[in-house]
Order: sequence, then C-alpha cells, then structure tokens
Amino acid sequence: MRYAYYPGCVAQGGAPELFQAMKLVGERLGFSLEHLKEAACTGAGVLQERDPELGDALNARTFAMAERRGLPIMTICSTCQGVMSQANHRLTKDANYREFINQYLKPEGLEYQGDVEIKHFMWVLVEDYGLDRLKEQVKRPLTGVALAPFYGCYVLRPTSQLGYDEHPERGTYLEQIITALGGVAVDFEGKSRCCGFPILTMNRDNSLKMAGKHLLDAKGQGADVMVTPCPLCHLNLDGQQPEAEKILKTQINLPVIHLPQMVGLALGLEPRAVGLNRHITSARRFAAKVPA
Amino acid sequence: MTTVNLKVKRYDPETKESRYQEYSIDVDENAALLDAIIAVREYQDPTLAVRCSCRSAICGSCGMRVNGHARLACKTKLAEIAPNGETVTVEPMGNMKPIKDLVTDMTAFWDKVKQIQPWLRAQQPPPDHEHIAKPDAMMDLAGTMNCIMCGCCVSDCASLEVDQNFIGPAALAKAYRFVGDPRETEQARDDRLKELSKYGGVWDCTHCFECVQVCPKDVAPMDRILDLRRTAMEAGYQDNYGAKHSNSFAKSVKNSGWLNEARVAVESFGVDDVSAQLKMLPTGVRALLRGKMPPLLHHKRPGSEHVKRIFQEMEND
Repeated sequence: MRYAYYPGCVAQGGAPELFQAMKLVGERLGFSLEHLKEAACTGAGVLQERDPELGDALNARTFAMAERRGLPIMTICSTCQGVMSQANHRLTKDANYREFINQYLKPEGLEYQGDVEIKHFMWVLVEDYGLDRLKEQVKRPLTGVALAPFYGCYVLRPTSQLGYDEHPERGTYLEQIITALGGVAVDFEGKSRCCGFPILTMNRDNSLKMAGKHLLDAKGQGADVMVTPCPLCHLNLDGQQPEAEKILKTQINLPVIHLPQMVGLALGLEPRAVGLNRHITSARRFAAKVPA
Repeated sequence: MTTVNLKVKRYDPETKESRYQEYSIDVDENAALLDAIIAVREYQDPTLAVRCSCRSAICGSCGMRVNGHARLACKTKLAEIAPNGETVTVEPMGNMKPIKDLVTDMTAFWDKVKQIQPWLRAQQPPPDHEHIAKPDAMMDLAGTMNCIMCGCCVSDCASLEVDQNFIGPAALAKAYRFVGDPRETEQARDDRLKELSKYGGVWDCTHCFECVQVCPKDVAPMDRILDLRRTAMEAGYQDNYGAKHSNSFAKSVKNSGWLNEARVAVESFGVDDVSAQLKMLPTGVRALLRGKMPPLLHHKRPGSEHVKRIFQEMEND
C-alpha cells in the first residue's frame, strides 16, 4: 500500500484537519504515503477553462513525478481526482498530444509516459485495501449513527473519464464504506449534486442556496452528520453553513466531516486527533453519538 | 419477451397533484424505455401522457428523468438500466413545469434560446459570393450543431434549480455556436460576449458536469460554456467576479505553484469591493477562530520556478 500522495491545496490550506486526519488514518492502515511536495495545483478546472493545455502540462508534471517513483497517485480531494483523471484521459489516449505536453516538462528532466494510475482515498479503500479488511480494523463501530454521503461532482462525472466502465460501483463507495464501518448510510436526493462552491465568489446567493438545499435535504432524511471526500465541498457545506442559514432563513446545524475523519473515528482515533474540533458547525454532538 | 416494472410520476393538471403509479408490462427484450411507456399507454392506461415522435433520438421529444437523471426514453435500453427486472423510476424533466404526467412545459426553455438571439449576424450586405469558412472552425462547432433541443441538460442543471434567471446549458451551447462561427461580425461577437458575461450568463454555471453527463448527443454544453468564458476574457470582458477569480487563481498558481486561498478570496471580488468583502468577513473570522485560516504568508512550493516557466512558455507559444 504505497502511494505518491497528492493531498491538494485545500487540505494544506483551509481544511488542515483533513490533512491531519489522513496522516493518522494512513498510519493506522499501514499506508506508505510519499508526499509529492513539488507537485503543483491541478488547476481545479479553473486553469483548464483558461487554457486546457496549461492545465494538462501541470498535471503531466505531477504524473511524471509519480511515474519516476513507480507509484500510483492517491489524493484526498474529489476535485483534484476529477481534474487529474480528465487530464490523464487526454494524455494517455493520444501519444502525440502527450509528446507535445512533454516538451514543457523536459527542462526539468521529466517525461510522462502515460502509465500512472490516480486514485482517490475512497477508491483506494474499496478497491485496493478492501472493505472486509477495513471491517477487521474497526475499533469503534459507528453503530446507530446516520451518515449522509456527499460525493462532489468531480468523482462522479463525467463517468467516461473516471474509470466507471471498469468500476461501475464507484458511485456507491461512500455508502459501502459507511456500512463497513457500522454506520447507517442516509439516502437523499442531493448526494450526487453540486455543493455550489465553484460559484461562491461569482454568485454567492445561488452557491449558498445549493449548499443549504442539500444540507436540509440530508437532515430531513434523518442524518446526524454529512460525510464528504471533497474538501472544496466541505468549504461550502461546513464553512459557509451559517451563511446558507441566513440566505434560507432557517437553522440547519448539520455537521459535515471529511471521509478520513469518519474512518479515523471508527478505527479508534480520538475526535480531537482527527480534527473534529475544527469544524464551523460543531461535530461534538455527532462525536458523542459514536459508541465508545 | 421480458417483464418491465415502471414507477411513473404522474401529474394531474386539474388537481395540480403528483403521485407515483406502478405498472408491469411485457415488452421485447431489446425494447427501449419509450417502447414500454407506449405499451402501457396502448394496452393498460390510455390516460398516461407522454410526448414522443421519431423514436430514433433525433426529434428530442421524449426527454424525461430515468432513475433520477434526464435521458431520452427512446435511446434508453431497458436491458441496460434494468437487466435483472429492477423497477425503473420515470419522472418528468426537472427545472420545467409539468403539463401532464411526463409532458413538460418547455416555454421557458425556448425563451432562453430566443434570448441569445440564435441566428447568424454576418456581414451586411452579404458578399457577392458565399462566405468562406475554414473547415477547422466549422468542425469546432459541429458538436454544438448536434444539439436536438431535447432539454435534458436543462432538466438536470444545478444552477437553474436555484435560479431560473440563469440562461442555462442549452441556450449557452447554442450561443457558442454563433460566437465561434467565423462568419459572425466582430461587433456581433463582442455584443454577445458582453451580454453573456453579465449576471445569469456564463459565470453562473457551477461546473458540475451534469449537462455533459446527460446530453444524449455529446454536445457537452458545459465545455462550450467554458469556451465562452475563455473567449469573453480574451475579448476583454474582465470586470466581473468570474474573470477576477480566474485571474487571481492563475496568478497564484503561476507565482507559487499552488493556491493562495486567502488572497484569491479577496482578489476574486476586487480589493475595492467593500460590500462583497464585508459579506465574506464573518466566514474568515469563523475560520480564524477554528484554526482553519489559510496562512497569510503564503510560501512557494519547492520547484515552483518550473511551474512559472511552464506558464510563461505556454503563454508565449
């Protein structure tokens, strides 16, 4: 279980609790994570809309670093996963395009040959580590806790570029992990919809309405907590939750946690150790509900 | 023959109430969903309303939600979506008012298409001979010309769900068809880009890929919206939150290799936009109190000089 580790910008910026939780969970599960500290931002779709080739060059550079180590990439960000998967799709299907992009990597002594697999931690847990093995590691099952899965667009769409032909169940992994950890997965309409974060600075009201709608939807279905593999979704669903409440003129008060935090709790890590104290909407009540 | 189980959302325009009704019907094992719905209407329930015509994914009439996502019923093979006899949930398209059962009112859809003035505004008076357009330029538009106006992208658009003012994916893809057409005059293209950069335009797309995923003709409306954003910025329409965010984001990655979240949050509105900054202030304070504020002194990633070099080389090429 050795990976070139790509945590993404937000886990090293506005969501430090995610980075912190993944470090501890990785140690518990016996992962060897080699942090690609020289890797650049994926572009998050923003650079790609300005210049698709620029975005692909930055990502090819990251892939070449992993390829040189002979390792697959693991990320903990749905957005990074989606953007890297799309870039890899273009770079692997067309050798001429890859050669064109590689000319920009040459001065650094890098070349991407098209042989790197990129996997979100959520996919790694199910496909590489295995849910049966994960169940064996559970020290504190999430019995009786209702968890609402919220995926983030970039690990769901477009399926043609995210390995769904080979792994058609990737759109249900969060529920499978929740169940493996002993929790109850809450089904709600918004689980595969957009959190609204990409337009937070362009159309704040629309962005907050989207976040609030899904939070209320999950809460209405009985969720104690929402769990997401995407730190950008987390920025909106948790970080902006008080603002969404103002826009919707209602109280939501639904804690939102990161996937590694949920796994860490079930593995027996203390709530504070996985950073549950760092959320804007308090996760204290949820943490207390997890059987000791 | 195989038995198909359908759970259909029905809407009664007289009572204005919706309810689900279940049907089981035998159809050919190669049948499309539309075949099953028509069979229900013909042999079980003549009151079930559905709009359809060509049955060949050309007319765009039979858009509906199938298991939660918009699809053309005629292009949806039952063997693929319900291989083991699973119940198929069928609902009218989203973001549109139902008229009856699976038939929706597409008035708002067509109003938005009309809003972008879907006709070529070429040089006037026309040249003596035909307009010459390079094949590459027209090939770029071929994808958008495949649009059959079925409304599937509009049905599942996340932005329209919260704001009907958004022009929406179908009309914006159609707008690109003219913005990208080399026969349009420069003035016409500029006028379009100016309009599309305003509230409700290209920057209100939330980049969720729903329209790319559900489009039955591979038009990829979101990709065309991103093309419009790029074209608008290149044409100089940068005095809006979308372009400011994009510019700040790119500057941050270029100069440090990664995202300077605190700075991008401020620059996305512009430092002089006090009202917008004040709205974001409580979020910043809350993050600070929870120890989540991104560091104000943003460090460069090791090797960021190579990131900057790649930016510069690609900008110059």
